[in-house]
Amino acid sequence: MANKISDETIEYVGILAKLRLSGEEKENAKADMEKMLDYIDTLNELDTDGVVPMSHVFPVNNVFREDVADQKDGSRETLANAPLKKDMYFKVPKTIG
Amino acid sequence: MDITSMTAVELGKRIKAGKLSAMDAVQGCLAQIDKVEKDVHSFVTIDRDEALRRAEEVQKQIDEGTLNGPLAGVPVAVKDNLCTSRMRTTCSSKILENFRPSYTAEAVCNLEKAGAVVIGKTNMDEFAMGSTTETSYFGVTRNPWNLDHVPGGSSGGSCAAVAAGESVCALGSDTGGSIRQPSSFCGVVGLKPTYGTVSRYGLIAYGSSLDQIGPIAKDVTDCAAVLEAIASYDPKDGTSIDRSVYRKAMTDGGEGQAVPGYDFMSALVNDVSGMRIGIPKDYFGDGLSAEVREQIRKAVRVLESCGAIVEEFDLSLVKYAIPAYYVIASAEASSNLSRFDGVKYGYRTQEYEGLHHMYKKTRSEGFGAEVKRRIMLGSFVLSSGYYDAYYLKALKTKALIKEAFDQAFARFDVIVAPAAPTTAPELGKSLNDPLKMYLGDIYTISVNLAGLPGISIPVGKDKKGLPVGMQMIGNCFEEKKIIRAAYTLEQEGGRKS
Repeated sequence: MANKISDETIEYVGILAKLRLSGEEKENAKADMEKMLDYIDTLNELDTDGVVPMSHVFPVNNVFREDVADQKDGSRETLANAPLKKDMYFKVPKTIG
Repeated sequence: MDITSMTAVELGKRIKAGKLSAMDAVQGCLAQIDKVEKDVHSFVTIDRDEALRRAEEVQKQIDEGTLNGPLAGVPVAVKDNLCTSRMRTTCSSKILENFRPSYTAEAVCNLEKAGAVVIGKTNMDEFAMGSTTETSYFGVTRNPWNLDHVPGGSSGGSCAAVAAGESVCALGSDTGGSIRQPSSFCGVVGLKPTYGTVSRYGLIAYGSSLDQIGPIAKDVTDCAAVLEAIASYDPKDGTSIDRSVYRKAMTDGGEGQAVPGYDFMSALVNDVSGMRIGIPKDYFGDGLSAEVREQIRKAVRVLESCGAIVEEFDLSLVKYAIPAYYVIASAEASSNLSRFDGVKYGYRTQEYEGLHHMYKKTRSEGFGAEVKRRIMLGSFVLSSGYYDAYYLKALKTKALIKEAFDQAFARFDVIVAPAAPTTAPELGKSLNDPLKMYLGDIYTISVNLAGLPGISIPVGKDKKGLPVGMQMIGNCFEEKKIIRAAYTLEQEGGRKS
């Protein structure tokens, strides 16, 4: 089965992926994805009816700890990496119109 | 004896005996870096002053007798996707070019507790996505055996650094073969532990359900020593496995056997008599280079002559591992990499109009082509309407692959396979056909899907003088069996082949 990725789909995936692609990049992405999906479709040869999907090899459980207050403050170190900051805050473009 | 030709354990012994200092060891590596780094380019960041300062600190502790393990004073290199608070951590990406973590990865902390001295951060494929180290924003790493060839990837910088003597040993990470394949291409020993053995805390995530940190070293002994140092149960990693509890849970349930502990060096035993070794026929068919096949057959004969019982079998499902992997890894990557948004750390685009435009422009400028390709694929397979057909299908395939390995390990102690279909390709020949490059991971990828431990050890060279690696795969928690088999082959290989 040959997969066909439409302009709308690649546009939508760009929104989900938070990527802005140029016209050429979009065409490349379409071709790449079609080729990959054709290859991934080989999985359809496998009968997986009744198989339980395995997200982790071992059972994964929540790991809890006591909620103990401490005096550590890593805010300066954390903010040191911010591309833009003001006082002790991350600075971002206006989010509410 | 030259420091660059010593193994970590040999070097550690000399430092302990007072024949060399930790500073001498670091100076030895730095001198080798001065000599070869301009050609090989294993590192993204080298911090000479910090390494020497740290060596002095370690030497003091050795002199006081507070540090006496096998790795005390040994210089190590760390893949640049492991956070280090004292050195920038870039993932070989523009988007993290100047990122300085506020904490250090647990595996690196463990290694430092054992007295190792971090000399630098090694080059890699951007965000560990690639098989050649050519997708790095900071330029390619070259194979020390032949500079026209790639070192493999994604831990290409770590493997090249060890092969070139720039570091005595190194840490890498392995999501689909990223320790084993470059180890094979660079003629070093690399081990991917059972999932959950080494804490992922501070490892910048690519495919979280598949990522494992592991050692890269000059021989099997060093590999076991480094693994013993870095393996730990860490509650800060929700998937870290407490082997003592796991052992109890399995035995209480009445099924399975006790889970072996972390004393990996105890498995350095030259004896494989009675060990059952399985050779998956499907791994030795079309696509495997004749030279690689021949070298592996020779190594298998050595194991056989040492008393191992070798048998061929059908592993099945082999061709489904790569498609399942690319769905799962890309899906997880698209989610994991959403944190790079130009707000909290890393690169932010210069000009933008509003929040979403800033996100998109930042990410489009900050990520390279291969990373974008996988984020796009991952976003697609997780999107509404395609989730069941692709993502769930891949998770079901993963379950079947795990089952196939379970069946194999009911019959065998160790599975022997190639690490890669060929030796290292020439630079510049891989990236133009991504699907072809992905197919090169055929022998390593299913090991990650099934969470198994695997080791790659050098078994010979091809006509061009490039190393050939052989992979040994164990059942979950059975690192010691593959270490024992690899150690035996290493000891006996030269004598019997």
